[in-house]
Amino acid sequence: MIGYLDFVIALALAGAMAVMLTRLCLGPSLYDRILAVNSFGTKTVLFLSVFAIMVGRADGVDIALLYALINFIATIAILKFFRYRSLDVALSQMTKRIDQVEGGQ
Amino acid sequence: MRWNWVYGATLVVVLGVLWLVLSGFWYKPLLVGFGVLAVIIALVLTVRMGLLDDESAPFSQIISFARYWVWLGAEIVKANIYVVKVSLKPDLDIQPVLIRVPVTARSGLGRATFANSITLTPGTVTLAVEEDAFLVHSLTEELADPAAFADMGERVNIAAHESEKA
Amino acid sequence: MDLLSIALSIILDLLSAGFMLAGVGFVLAGTIGVMRLPDFYTRMHAAGVTDTLGAELIIIGLVIQAGFTLVAAKLLLLGFFLFLTSPTATHAVANAAYKAGLAPMLSRFKPPHPRDAGKGEG
Repeated sequence: MIGYLDFVIALALAGAMAVMLTRLCLGPSLYDRILAVNSFGTKTVLFLSVFAIMVGRADGVDIALLYALINFIATIAILKFFRYRSLDVALSQMTKRIDQVEGGQ
Repeated sequence: MRWNWVYGATLVVVLGVLWLVLSGFWYKPLLVGFGVLAVIIALVLTVRMGLLDDESAPFSQIISFARYWVWLGAEIVKANIYVVKVSLKPDLDIQPVLIRVPVTARSGLGRATFANSITLTPGTVTLAVEEDAFLVHSLTEELADPAAFADMGERVNIAAHESEKA
Repeated sequence: MDLLSIALSIILDLLSAGFMLAGVGFVLAGTIGVMRLPDFYTRMHAAGVTDTLGAELIIIGLVIQAGFTLVAAKLLLLGFFLFLTSPTATHAVANAAYKAGLAPMLSRFKPPHPRDAGKGEG
């Protein structure tokens, strides 16, 4: 009986993911799109976990865990790229670079 | 210097438990051996990078933080219901505001916890971290209540052992 | 004894169903908010509803379904990671947008309701 509920919830999450994709296409600014991608990723993680429990395959939870971590790192990497136009900036030099950029303005 | 052993030991325990939970192999000697190797490599890298301190193994304040998280959970539920109500009202009526929240916490842990708590409660997001204040964007004027932020900051200070009241 | 275990499993199923339905309700409400709200900074708040309470409630529901197993431990770990990473990611996006000079809308936002607009014309 709880299997049907899992199915309904997976379906609802898939619907929410589709709506997030519309926001990704519509989003006027770059940051709207990044936010949509991040939110889409969170919903994907939830969908994967519900799906894994629904079909009774525990491996799905591992994939969801991995997806959650990669989603976070990808968001940070994309933001870093659009801020510095390069991924080749050491984290320890970030604040220095920010000060320079803001001091210059 | 003496504390480094405690930090290292807690890090080893936490990493070991993490490895066992994620792999699920408790009894095959070869695979557990790989886990031990992985933990040792992680520990050596941490020491070599000079990261072994209270920040990379923040387990000394776990009890006071557990109490803080329970309080924060209740706040998150309240704020969630409020934001859902506001954003689902048939005639949308919002008044976004930017406010500066003074921060008394000095340690990195306390400041990070405070900023993350503000972001975690829906309706308020930390936009920028400044020397002694956070710039916070709030969905409505009602959520931008300086007294509520001051209360949260005081609780963070107690959790991070920065306040006199602790 | 057997009856007791059946009753217990029904109670656990109901509890899990309650948590997951509440969670999915928050996720959908957050999604609708992301579509409705006017600018980036306000949408961010609606997305936060999904990331915090919606995700955690669904994961709690799944943990109850999984019972006392390794899968439950992994799900709890997943919930913990989401709890730590989602505010950091939200703050990173917000901070990047603010530093890049995207101005937040700070005026009162109250679009005329279609009903009122019709009244005004009539």
